[in-house]
Amino acid sequence: MGSRLALRIAIFGGVAVVLFAVLFFRLWRLQVLDGEQYLAEAKNNRTREYKVSAPRGEILDRNGELLVGNRTSLALQVNPRKLPEDPVERRAELSQLADLTHSTLRRVRRTMHEELKLAPAAPVTLRRDVGRFLVYYLQENQDRFPGVEVQRVFVRDYPNPTLAAHILGNVGEISEEELKEARYRGLQPGDEIGQDGVEDTYDRFLRGEPGLTRIQVDALGQPTPNGRLVTKPPAPGESLKLSIDADVQAAGEAGLAAYGSGAFVTMDVHTGEIIGLGSSPTFEPALLTPPLTQKQVDDTYRNPAAPLVDRAISGLYPTGSTFKLITALAALEEGAIGPTDVIVDGGSITVGGQTFQNAGGAALGAVDMTRALAVSSDVYFYLLGEEMWDTGGLQRWAHKLGIGRPAGIDLPGAEEGLLPSQHWRNQLYEEGGTERPWSVGDNIQLATGQGDLQANPLQMAIAYATLGNGGTVVTPHVGKEITDAAGRVLKEFDPPAQRQVKIDSGSRSVILKGLHDAAQGGEGTSYEVFGGFPVQVAGKTGTAQRVGQADQSWYVILAPYPDPKIVTAVTIEEGGFGAESAAPAALQILEAYFNKKTTGPAGPNGGSPG
Amino acid sequence: MYATRARLARLEPFAVRPGIAERLGLPYMDAPLALCAAALAAFSIFTLSQSTLHDVPGSPNYFVDRQAIYAVLGIAGMYLLARIDYSRFRELRVGIYTFLCVSISLVFVFGFAARGSRRAFDLPFFSFQPSELGKLLLVLALAGFVIDGARNGSDRQRTVRYLCLGLAPAALVFLQPDLGTSLVFGAITLAVMYVGGVPWTHFAVIGVAVVAMIAVVLAVAPAIGTPLLKEYQTERLTSFLHPSEDPSDAGYQQNQAKTAIGSGETTGRGDRATQTRLDFVPERHTDFIFAVIGERYGFMGAALVLSLYALLIWRALRIVTLSKNSYGTLVAGGIAAMLLFQVFVNVGMNLGIMPITGIPLPLLSYGGSSVLATFLAIGVLQSIHMQARLSQRGRFAW
Repeated sequence: MGSRLALRIAIFGGVAVVLFAVLFFRLWRLQVLDGEQYLAEAKNNRTREYKVSAPRGEILDRNGELLVGNRTSLALQVNPRKLPEDPVERRAELSQLADLTHSTLRRVRRTMHEELKLAPAAPVTLRRDVGRFLVYYLQENQDRFPGVEVQRVFVRDYPNPTLAAHILGNVGEISEEELKEARYRGLQPGDEIGQDGVEDTYDRFLRGEPGLTRIQVDALGQPTPNGRLVTKPPAPGESLKLSIDADVQAAGEAGLAAYGSGAFVTMDVHTGEIIGLGSSPTFEPALLTPPLTQKQVDDTYRNPAAPLVDRAISGLYPTGSTFKLITALAALEEGAIGPTDVIVDGGSITVGGQTFQNAGGAALGAVDMTRALAVSSDVYFYLLGEEMWDTGGLQRWAHKLGIGRPAGIDLPGAEEGLLPSQHWRNQLYEEGGTERPWSVGDNIQLATGQGDLQANPLQMAIAYATLGNGGTVVTPHVGKEITDAAGRVLKEFDPPAQRQVKIDSGSRSVILKGLHDAAQGGEGTSYEVFGGFPVQVAGKTGTAQRVGQADQSWYVILAPYPDPKIVTAVTIEEGGFGAESAAPAALQILEAYFNKKTTGPAGPNGGSPG
Repeated sequence: MYATRARLARLEPFAVRPGIAERLGLPYMDAPLALCAAALAAFSIFTLSQSTLHDVPGSPNYFVDRQAIYAVLGIAGMYLLARIDYSRFRELRVGIYTFLCVSISLVFVFGFAARGSRRAFDLPFFSFQPSELGKLLLVLALAGFVIDGARNGSDRQRTVRYLCLGLAPAALVFLQPDLGTSLVFGAITLAVMYVGGVPWTHFAVIGVAVVAMIAVVLAVAPAIGTPLLKEYQTERLTSFLHPSEDPSDAGYQQNQAKTAIGSGETTGRGDRATQTRLDFVPERHTDFIFAVIGERYGFMGAALVLSLYALLIWRALRIVTLSKNSYGTLVAGGIAAMLLFQVFVNVGMNLGIMPITGIPLPLLSYGGSSVLATFLAIGVLQSIHMQARLSQRGRFAW
């Protein structure tokens, strides 16, 4: 073999080496370096994923009674990709569907438009809870309705449609904005989340995890035989046990409903567990799941009575004489008055040229602290307000007891209200928000729960509970336990108290005695209501004057006396005197709680002005 | 064979009775080459047995059985050719060349069409594709012409003559149309000319001409409205440059093959393979069998296969240098080039770095014509090896 040939063969061999090196390196890169990525691609290639929605956790009351469950429902969905492409046919089909679902073409189109904005190409739910006959009809005429699908979905089921509506809240599809929030990470358009109430607060427990069915498909997207891959079953949400007692809740709501708009809170004074909490008018959470009918929208969102507002935690009301507990405590603790100091109530006082009268103008004579509370002497408390008008003592104690600050409840939408003070008004005055600075009159108003004060029943309940338990400002909460499907407790909610307030036990017993006399003493303001109640209680009426409205009725009660376990605060908008509507409503709640009936003299219209 | 036996008797007078291996000529063959080829065929059967169970309803071993028969026939053919002195083919070059051209041409008359292409005869047991055997025939004939014409005419005249001789059958195959095989024919022609000593300058000119032709075929001709390739051919040729998501696209197929191989990672997915099991990769028992191996057996399996091919081609190149005469050198060179070209283009196509040309992977791709032709080609290599060993032995004895 010649040397020229040898060179050629060597070059040939060199080329072969280079070509094989190229193949090896390429193979190495595909399989070893990038293999993981290609494996993911291959897996994605062969599977189609279908989400199987998980039922939300159940919500139970403290005794295990079901408040919210789930049921399956047939939902009518339209798959936009399978609708006819021809605009005329499309329109015809959609208007037929609109007719079948008692809707209009415009609303169907709008629903589709809105849902598709959130999740392009995903099936759009036109209506939930479609009847079986409509489903049969659609199935029999499938060829006439391309793109129409009926799917089984879980919907919330409420054994009692309105019970505890404000506590529970409703569920709804996650919105575009919510999808961006950290707490909803991992959710997808179309997923349901709690929109209000505990459905919102405890959403992460209740939500559950949707299951996934993976179906193996071939290159044409057709499911392969035996192609149902391991499916991840949906993990149902965990159950939430509330501290609510359904019976107390029902009694409270019935009490409210009997008297009109208002709210109530019943709370354990030691733990802060909410036993009942309601607001009137109320709503049906089940009806808030879109798509809504126009009537549903009008009845809920556009209703001037604002049924969706939870007045118990977000109401902004003057509290009337129920505030006197705070004034009394502040005066005693600040040394503005002694427990046995007597003041002669002449029916009115005049301070700085302004006359402040007792309600109804009655002169109540000699009153000490106990009697002042029992008969609700305004003059007594006016004088205390005057005494502390520039010391800030009243505000200090009101603040300690939670007035004008967040209540810390585990429900969304709570308002902190307003505790008027010298500082607040003077600053407002400097900013030009009001025509006069703080005056003694303002403090006199505050001392009897009038004027600029804004508070809600929950805050009053906390304040009374603090006195009732001897100085612990509890953290109110409705969530009690998270349990799994088998009922095992996974988590208990026992939020620590917000703070401790040092209350002299002498002051406490004087005030409690006064409240007890008010409810069950012969001349007490709510004796007519609670005189015959077999459990010893301590309760205070309130009648708040509101501009342009009839008086607002209040009642806050601690029971049993002298070592209270629960507090109940009730307010009725335009309910008149405290004993006129709020106190009878509170009585119903206590009767339910203690499971006892009133035996003695009592009538809804009894009692004297609060 | 008689010559061999006579020579044996003469060279080893003291050997009382030659052993059975000696009589079969086994010591004179290149064992690594034979084992390599057999291993690749075995690997092919093994892969087919695992991956084509459901391809032909009712007969899970359809491809396996047939491939096994082809392999056995091929090994027998390899042995027979090894025992024949390849130099005789040089004398038969005109006959071989004629047979080559006629058999390819006959396909146009009697062949059956599959997917827009007539390239095979439908025989009772299998469809015979003359162009596969034609690769080997072209090597044998062209090498003969090169040796024979070495003294006729100027360098340039010879180059043109070889090109014409080689490109005539290539053109016939191209017209079937079978682009891949015609490219193999072209590669063989160039390789034989290269080993045959055609000046470098000529290759430079040929190179320029090829580039110009590719430009004309792929870009200029379609642009002026007279496409020379069918549309699917152009698409397949260029798809590796632009992978596609459209399942009806050639680029999609190539993407799927690439994904299949990549997903095999280091150790392979075995029966959990999906790309090549669920029709994502087309032609998985023929042109894309390397993707099956890559996905099922991972880098270990695919690298093993590539190593076997590297070994095979190394042995072939070694035989080029061992050959006792120039004809053997040219034939071995042509066969080595044929194998190298097919392996590189097919595996490269699977790996997404070469266009889809429909060239089978020698010995691994399912198909009787290809397996037989490859074994026969290796038989010729064995023959060259054997003759070289025998003559060396003779020299040594002398």
